[in-house]
Amino acid sequence: MDGLRKDFTVRVRAGRLRRTKREVAAVDGIDLRIERGEMVGYIGPNGAGKSTTLKMLTGVLTPSAGAVSVCGLAPVPQRTRLALRIGVVFGQRSQLWWDLPLGESFRLLRYLYRVPAAEHAARLRRCTELLDLGGFLDTPVRQLSLGQRMRGELTAALLHGPEVLFLDEPTIGLDVVSKQAVRSFLAELGAGGDVTLVLTTHDLADIERLCRRLVVIDHGRVVHDGTIEALHTRYGSRRRLVVDLDAPLPAGFTVEGATLVSVEADRCRASFDLLTDTAGPVVARLAALSSLRDLSVVEPDIEDVVARLYAS
Amino acid sequence: MDRLDARVPQISPHRPFRESLATFGALARSGFQRYITYRQATIAGSFTNIVFGFLRCYVLLAVAAGADGGRPAGYDAAQLTTFVWVGQGLLTVVALWGWTELADRIRSGEVTADLLRPVHPVIGYLAPDLGRAGHAMLFRFVPPVVVGLIFFDPYLPGRWFTGPLFAVSVLLAVVGSMGVRFLVNATAYWLHDARGPLILWTLAAGVLAGLYFPLRFLPDWLAVTLWVATPFPGFLQTPLDVLIERDPPPVQVALVGLQACWAVALLALCALVQRRAERRLVAQGG
Repeated sequence: MDGLRKDFTVRVRAGRLRRTKREVAAVDGIDLRIERGEMVGYIGPNGAGKSTTLKMLTGVLTPSAGAVSVCGLAPVPQRTRLALRIGVVFGQRSQLWWDLPLGESFRLLRYLYRVPAAEHAARLRRCTELLDLGGFLDTPVRQLSLGQRMRGELTAALLHGPEVLFLDEPTIGLDVVSKQAVRSFLAELGAGGDVTLVLTTHDLADIERLCRRLVVIDHGRVVHDGTIEALHTRYGSRRRLVVDLDAPLPAGFTVEGATLVSVEADRCRASFDLLTDTAGPVVARLAALSSLRDLSVVEPDIEDVVARLYAS
Repeated sequence: MDRLDARVPQISPHRPFRESLATFGALARSGFQRYITYRQATIAGSFTNIVFGFLRCYVLLAVAAGADGGRPAGYDAAQLTTFVWVGQGLLTVVALWGWTELADRIRSGEVTADLLRPVHPVIGYLAPDLGRAGHAMLFRFVPPVVVGLIFFDPYLPGRWFTGPLFAVSVLLAVVGSMGVRFLVNATAYWLHDARGPLILWTLAAGVLAGLYFPLRFLPDWLAVTLWVATPFPGFLQTPLDVLIERDPPPVQVALVGLQACWAVALLALCALVQRRAERRLVAQGG
């Protein structure tokens, strides 16, 4: 993607009959390069331009400006050819046929994508096993639960062996069990290193579990592109040390290498933000002060960091 | 993952036509299967067609009885009977009314899924529509025709080629009607809501396709104008006139030829409109 942008024309009421036109940039000049086999989390607040970007990458929307290439193809003019090489799941819509049983939809997809029968059967068997589809292959799609349908959608997107998989909120509205099933399925898929995965989501646990690279956009612009650790470093996220003490913590207490964040009412439990990479020296200093009953080190929470990022 | 590899599907260079045909066939079969799930709707629809068949048949027989020589616009009573009952059967085959699937999908943004498939959207709608027509031919065409045969004395074609020519004519009628339905639905790309054009289509189709009365009842200049300048007579009037052998063989064939021209022109127009629509598409929703 090179300077990719998409403007929408919005008509705003101005008086009784008059309407004025206003250009709104949904995607405002994004430069991004994703290598083969990468797993990229593409996140941003509501309305940031995530889905719009995905629609341009898949050839559904024509960009207003900029250049975009997926698998060496131009998405809009070569959409049908590109469709053979990518898999897409839009969590909020269905790619399956409402009236057909799931198994029939898969059979139809084999013909649409012209997949050799043996290859199709092997992939379907694998997906059936990993996503536990066996129980509802004969059920019409309209009767499936959301979790079942989503597992069906994922399978449908994979049956032709796509090189790039675009997932737009694949875990939206799913229960914990289904979410875990989808996540571990995608993790296994990504571990092979053949499939490039671009995932948009509001559930940051998806990203933590699956993606090493995180691209955050807001108002149509990239505000962060790097690893999750880099994001933590940039926004000063600290690991947190929580200690339970035998004796109450004295007032005005300080310890080198950590800052006190909170103390509970009985002053026997305290939380510190670690300023150093290792917790050992701080723990030793605390242990010298009073006997420790228990301690735990909490990793920084990605949700907090991202919330701070969105807010800024 | 061992079996979920990322290999581009190999499109056989030797048999692209066979592959395309298989894809088209699978899409058509899906159209058939989608309709076969709605059995009660099929029964209720057939019943309605039959009830209206009786009404229309008695009206046209009364017209024939009152006309000079019993042959209004060159049809005799038996031909009019066939016209009505086969027409009642074809009504659903050519889907003269009530197809809003594309408009609904544009409105909801679901049309995105159609664009993400490796098939041209016009083919993606045409093939399942032929499957739907196949379903209608079996389950909606047969009942009214059987009722007509039992309760009336319809005209049975005498020329050997009328049967095959009628089959071709029906196929072209379905393709043509799909073309117009696609275009009417596609107005939703621009209007967001295609209800207005759909109502116009419903009103126009019944009259101009010859459902309410045979178009030959109109003055010649008007009937000919309708035939040449609009695709509508090709949806019902032409296949029915072919079947009841209203005209001599050369005219029979020429009418089907005209249908073919319209079918090709409509499909080309659909492809053009689709291309224009995609350029300005705003896929609705997140």
